[in-house]
Amino acid sequence: MTTSRIPQLLRQHQAALLDAWVKAQQAALTLRRDLLSDADLRIQSSDFLRSLTEACQSGDLGDIQGPAWAEVREFLSGVSGSRASQGFSPAETATFVFSLKQPLFSLLRREVAEPAALVEETWTATVLLDNLGLHTVDAFQKSRESIITRQQQELLELSTPVVQLWTGVLALPLIGTLDSARTHVVMESLLQAIVDTGASLAIIDITGVPTVDTLVAQHLMKAVAAARLMGAECVISGIRPQIAQTIVHLGVEMGSVLTKAKLSDALALAFQRLGLAVAKAPGRA
Amino acid sequence: MEQTPILKVGPFLLVTIQVDMHDRLVQRLQTDLAERITATGARGVLIDISGLDIVDSFIGRMFGDIAAQARILDAETVVVGMRPAVAITLVELGVRLQGVRTALNVEKGMDLLQAAVAGEEERVGGSPD
Amino acid sequence: MEVRRIEALPIRSSDDVVRVRRQAHNWASELGFSPVDLTKLVTAASEIARNTLEHGGGGSARVEEVRRGVRVGVRLTFEDQGPGIADIAQAMRDGFSTRRGMGLGLGGAKRLVDEFEIASQAGAGTKITMTRWK
Repeated sequence: MTTSRIPQLLRQHQAALLDAWVKAQQAALTLRRDLLSDADLRIQSSDFLRSLTEACQSGDLGDIQGPAWAEVREFLSGVSGSRASQGFSPAETATFVFSLKQPLFSLLRREVAEPAALVEETWTATVLLDNLGLHTVDAFQKSRESIITRQQQELLELSTPVVQLWTGVLALPLIGTLDSARTHVVMESLLQAIVDTGASLAIIDITGVPTVDTLVAQHLMKAVAAARLMGAECVISGIRPQIAQTIVHLGVEMGSVLTKAKLSDALALAFQRLGLAVAKAPGRA
Repeated sequence: MEQTPILKVGPFLLVTIQVDMHDRLVQRLQTDLAERITATGARGVLIDISGLDIVDSFIGRMFGDIAAQARILDAETVVVGMRPAVAITLVELGVRLQGVRTALNVEKGMDLLQAAVAGEEERVGGSPD
Repeated sequence: MEVRRIEALPIRSSDDVVRVRRQAHNWASELGFSPVDLTKLVTAASEIARNTLEHGGGGSARVEEVRRGVRVGVRLTFEDQGPGIADIAQAMRDGFSTRRGMGLGLGGAKRLVDEFEIASQAGAGTKITMTRWK
C-alpha cells in the first residue's frame, strides 16, 4: 500500500478546509443554532481539525485506537459529552464528524490527479471519518448513560424524607413501590439520620407501599438489624393486611422486629419508651 | 509493644479504638481488659468504635468474647458509635454481635450501663453499702 | 475488563492483612466509592486476607483498579500454596469453619462483593478473585 497523502494535504490546506467545513455545517439543516453559536462551532471545528491533522502525521489512519489518536478520541468524547448534556441527538452529534467528509473529498479531488490513487485516498478518508464518527456515537451513549445514572441517584435521594417526630424519634414514611435499589438508599439515609440526630427509635411506615416482595422484606429486616447494631430500635408500622399475608406467605423471618398497625401506635410506643405521656391540658375542651 | 489505651471513667472503663487494628492488637486488648476489670472492679466497659472504618468477623467475634468475659467478671459491655456503613456490612456478612449491647454514642452507652447496673442492684435488694 | 493499575502485596503476617485492607481502601476511595461500597470491599478484603494467612499459611494479594465500559471498580486476588479446600461448596456455607473463626469468611465475603471466584484443590492451594464495582 502506498503512503497516504492525507496527512500532508491536511497540514497544507488546514485553513481552507476549516472554512469550507464550517460553511458546510452552517448550511446543514441539522445544525442546532439554538444550542450552539457560530463562534463555538468554529472553535470546536478548528480544534478538531488541528488535533486530527496532528494525529495523522504519526498515527495509522486505519486504526484510531492507537496511542497517536488518544488526543483526538478525548476531544471527541468531550464534544459528545457536552452535546449530550445540551440536548443534541446522537445523529446531530455524529454529523459533526461526518460533515467533514464532503469538504475533505473535494480537497482530495482537487489535489489527487491519478484516478486509482483518488479512489484509494477517498476510501481511506471514509474509513477514518466513519471510525471517528462511531467513536462519537459511542461516547455520546456513554455520557447519556452517566447522566441517567446521576439523575436516578438524585431521584432516589429526593424520594427518601427522614423526619424527626420528636427528640429521639425519627420516622421514615415510605410511599410508592420499593425496589431493591430504592430500599438500599432509603435505609442508608435512615441509618445516617439516626447517627446525625442521635435518635434511639426509628419508625419505618409502609402505609403508602402497595406491595412488598421477598427481597424488599429482607432489605427491611437488614435495615432493622443494622440499626440495632448501631444501638437504635426500629418499629415497622402501617403493614396492611395483604402485606402481612404476603410476608407470612413468603416465609420471611420477621424475627424480633417490632411491628405496629398504625404510625400513631408506633409513636405511642416511642413515647412510652422515652418515658413520656401525652395528657389533655386542664381547662381546655 | 503497641496497645490500645483503656481509660477509667467513674465506675466504667472506656476504650476508644481509633486505628485500623491488626489481629494481635485485638487479642492484646481482650487480655488487657480482663486484667483492668479485675484490678479496678469496674462494673461496665464502653468500647467506642466511631473511629473504626471496618469491623470484620474477627473483630466482631472479639466484641462477643470481651462481653462474655466481662460478664463473668460482673461487668456489662456496650459497643458504641458504630458507623452506618459498618453496620450494613456486618449484617450482610452475617455477624449479629449476639450478647453485645450497643448504643449510638458514648453518652447513651454510659446511660445504658448505669441503668443496667442500677437494675441489677435493685434485683439483689439494693447496694451493699 | 481493563486493568488500570496493579499493586502486589505479600501476606505473611497480620500486619500484611492491614496493608491489604489499606490499599483496597485507598484505591476505592480515590475512585469515589460510597461509604457502604467502600466498607463492604475493605471488609471482604480483610476476611479473605486473613483466610489466606491462617488457612493458606500465607501467600500473596493483588489489588487492581479495573474498568469495564463506564464502570470502575477494585479487583482483589488472593493466592496461597496452602492445604487448599477439598469441598468448596461446603466451605462457602455459613457456619463452616476450618480452624477458628465463625466460619463466615468465604460465604460472607462473597455477599459483600459483586463478583467472586474461587479455585482450589486439596493440597494445591487456593486462589480467590473478587471485584466490587463503584
